[in-house]
Amino acid sequence: MTQSIAIVSVAQLPSIRRNQTQDEPELVQPVVTEAMSKVGLTQRDIGFTCSGSSDYLVGRPFSFVAAVDGLVTWPPIRESHVEMDGAWALFEAYIRLLHGDIDTALVFAFGKSSLGPIPDVMNVQNDPYYVQPLNLDSISSAALQARAMIDAGKATERDFAEIAVRNRRNAKGNPNAQVKGDFDVEAILREPSISSPIRRSFCPPLSDSCVAVVLARGDRAKQLCKRPAFIRGIDHRIEPYSLGVRDLTTSVSTRLAAEKVGVNAKKNDIAEIHAPFAHQEILIKEALGLDASVDINPSGGALAANPIMATGLLRFIEASTRIHDGSANRAIVHATSGTTLQQNLVAVLEGE
Amino acid sequence: MSEPITRIKTPVRLEYKMYPGTHYSMYLRALAEGRIIGGRCSQTRKVYVPPRGASPISGLPTDEIVSVKDEGVLTTFCVIRIAFPGQKMTPPYCFGAIVLDGADLPIYHLIGNIPYEEVRMGMRVRAKWKPQDQWGPSLESIEFFEPTGDADAAFESYSEHL
Repeated sequence: MTQSIAIVSVAQLPSIRRNQTQDEPELVQPVVTEAMSKVGLTQRDIGFTCSGSSDYLVGRPFSFVAAVDGLVTWPPIRESHVEMDGAWALFEAYIRLLHGDIDTALVFAFGKSSLGPIPDVMNVQNDPYYVQPLNLDSISSAALQARAMIDAGKATERDFAEIAVRNRRNAKGNPNAQVKGDFDVEAILREPSISSPIRRSFCPPLSDSCVAVVLARGDRAKQLCKRPAFIRGIDHRIEPYSLGVRDLTTSVSTRLAAEKVGVNAKKNDIAEIHAPFAHQEILIKEALGLDASVDINPSGGALAANPIMATGLLRFIEASTRIHDGSANRAIVHATSGTTLQQNLVAVLEGE
Repeated sequence: MSEPITRIKTPVRLEYKMYPGTHYSMYLRALAEGRIIGGRCSQTRKVYVPPRGASPISGLPTDEIVSVKDEGVLTTFCVIRIAFPGQKMTPPYCFGAIVLDGADLPIYHLIGNIPYEEVRMGMRVRAKWKPQDQWGPSLESIEFFEPTGDADAAFESYSEHL
């Protein structure tokens, strides 16, 4: 393939509950610098820069422009932003690289989940006439979905608890994770409901972090990285805006994207699934068609570290780290955006 | 038939906490002490007010903290004569960009103690600080900038900052 594009370098700040010392440029500067310097690059070597974040998280307009203050921007650079998870910024950078006139791109995302009332902030992405006035916070909409799954006989609360326990056990090996350790299924099932059937342990933590990725095309990727994580396929699909017209117990958009990128064309070693709420891992795993041999979320996933707007790009980082170090040959990456898995992105990464 | 509903109100209220970050915090604390500080880029030697997490030219934090003077050159300005929602002040008032002596980037503040028709580019201005008991971690420690009465700066001396 002449146009093979790979992740050649990654960097992240540890996910923590509250970062009081770094504003946007101070979050971005060390992380993008680390990602570039690991492969001997500076901003001047980068053909295109793209970021993902949301001003609603920080509660101020042009927070994404403030973040650009963390970059070298003189002489002027080619730069773009998506008001979405950074996984979609990576998608834009990937498409930009396909043009063939540049061979490197920098992608970053930052999440400051500590500043505002996140469940209520997430309601602002809902329909402003019919849904927002109901104050459908993100935990309540996740609860509607989890309840629909139970009613459809697709899962039990015990399944949700086991997913929470497994992810946070996996995260014990992840120095950047926020919530990790050995938790007990029975104890989780005794937790009170926040919004039935969602209990505290089924929810993701809220994290502050910044993450960055360097992409390179063709021979440049091999020059920069001993074992690049080649993006063999990447696709994203969206479902109707209104929750009422979706079947919340399936993820049609994930299934379509998975088919387009050929998730099961070869044996997969790992999958990094962006499932903020425990029950959503079941839906995504099913939609991806993954078999039992695939190691799901070796990093601990979104249940262990959740810098909102960076959590999806973090899946790329965790998966490509394992390809870079040779512990995986083929990885599936999933990212989600919008209310209750509205929009989903799937990618296949491979080492050579 | 009842009247069709053509309009609804759906109020949204979200409250946030702000943390200004390490560099900006230093700047705000200095203002509470009646000082204005900037950060010098170790590569370009330019002084940014406030100090920044990254210099746009070198990409390095502007970590060498320097004091700048509380007087400088008014590079450009506008007189606000129109009321708008959320406006704190009553029009007319004058808002300007001021490159303080020792700084390479302007700050923005009110221009006062001069009829607005006499405000001009290149005019030398100085901070009129509020009484010390009203100082806080804010540019509002300064009431406005007022003319020093010195000769105007030559255009070439500040044209880079426009």
